[in-house]
Amino acid sequence: MAMGVNEEQILRSALQGSRRDLSRLLSLIESGHEITIPSQKSWTLGVTGPPGVGKSSLIGNFVNYWSSRGDKVAVLAVDPSSPKSGGALLGDRMRMTSADSGDSVFVRSLATRNHPGGLSAYISIMIDCLAACGWDRIVIETVGSGQSDYRIAAFADRILLVDGPDRGDIVQAEKAGIIELADIIAVNKSDMEGSEQAAEAIRSSLSMDENPPTVHLVCSHDGSGVDAMMKDIENCIYEARCRLRARERLISAWDFRLLRHPELNRVLDLLETGSITVEEAVKSLSKSEE
Amino acid sequence: MLPQPPNRLLEGSRLSASIVEMKVIIAKPGLDGHDRGAKVIARALRDGGHEVVYTGLRKTPAEIVRATMDEDAAALGLSTLSGAHDVLIPAICQGLLDEGLSGILVFAGGIIPASDRSALHDLGIRAIFGPGTKTSEILDFLNEVSSRKDSGEPVGVGESSKWRWE
Repeated sequence: MAMGVNEEQILRSALQGSRRDLSRLLSLIESGHEITIPSQKSWTLGVTGPPGVGKSSLIGNFVNYWSSRGDKVAVLAVDPSSPKSGGALLGDRMRMTSADSGDSVFVRSLATRNHPGGLSAYISIMIDCLAACGWDRIVIETVGSGQSDYRIAAFADRILLVDGPDRGDIVQAEKAGIIELADIIAVNKSDMEGSEQAAEAIRSSLSMDENPPTVHLVCSHDGSGVDAMMKDIENCIYEARCRLRARERLISAWDFRLLRHPELNRVLDLLETGSITVEEAVKSLSKSEE
Repeated sequence: MLPQPPNRLLEGSRLSASIVEMKVIIAKPGLDGHDRGAKVIARALRDGGHEVVYTGLRKTPAEIVRATMDEDAAALGLSTLSGAHDVLIPAICQGLLDEGLSGILVFAGGIIPASDRSALHDLGIRAIFGPGTKTSEILDFLNEVSSRKDSGEPVGVGESSKWRWE
């Protein structure tokens, strides 16, 4: 499916600097329209971590830090869709933007729309469009399902894991998963009790690693620790997590394709009524691709 | 029997023409700190299948217009209980027009005296919901808006239609 004339016009206008059309372009991508744009060089940071730890507030700190230094910062803030109603409450942006935000900050809220992994492959196209339109730093905030948020590795070069004071017993910290994937780790709400212990628990669980990431103790409210964390983010020589990144990209693209399969609804109907088994469903969908 | 989930859960794309669910901004302009109503509405809209961006408190008209643009929202709901509606709402409407957003549907809620409503409707506010409005009424309103849009009627803040929700 080639890009239509309308899409092309909007893309061109966005590339020429129209903010309105950039916004419309992102909607077209989100709703599945074909947008062809060559892969761009971009600076990306994925922010993940459990709900309620203050990811959005911290992103607000970054946004202020970078925009005050003249960078243009774009944020894609992802929140979960309700599986029942299909709707979503997208509340991240309110913690990020302030009256000073202005032209150098662009925040877009996205609902997961129940994509597997919480992040759809269209995020990659959005990142390319934002980079092509001159956005220097692109931050992707994930839903924060905690331990299973690998999908972010498909889209972000650097990963920041944010945690909070209530979650720091050593058992939690040692569960393998995103904690091993993160380039930088921050324990937010340093003004609250338990945050120092949480940071220590994470440090000790990583102490066996060759090059463990620094665990920063920060407070997004008063800014303490934030500058040091920002420097760490900027200097991050992220590991070429080539294999994992390739794997997550592949799975993401695979899911994307599956959800657009023309036979999907027919196969789902058969599966739902028990007329075919799951194995037969998989086979049927793979076969009709040839 | 469970209700059918909307299309977007079964298919990744929204290429079908008629989409009832919208992206809606719920905004609190000015210094009004009462947000319970706005949050109740936001949740009700989510339960009705809409994607709702809640802006949080104390937003300026410029910030609200900017959010509407960046989020590419189809609708904007303004919640005001502090009496500043006659200054803030016109400023927001003008801001939307200035940014080429005349097609956005704008509605309002909160404490807005009956005597002030006509002026707001003349500015393009299509509905004003007072205290005690059932959340189902707002969902019905948005459904009505979708139908009108589908049949080509312009219901945006800067558009010609004289329709309003009673």
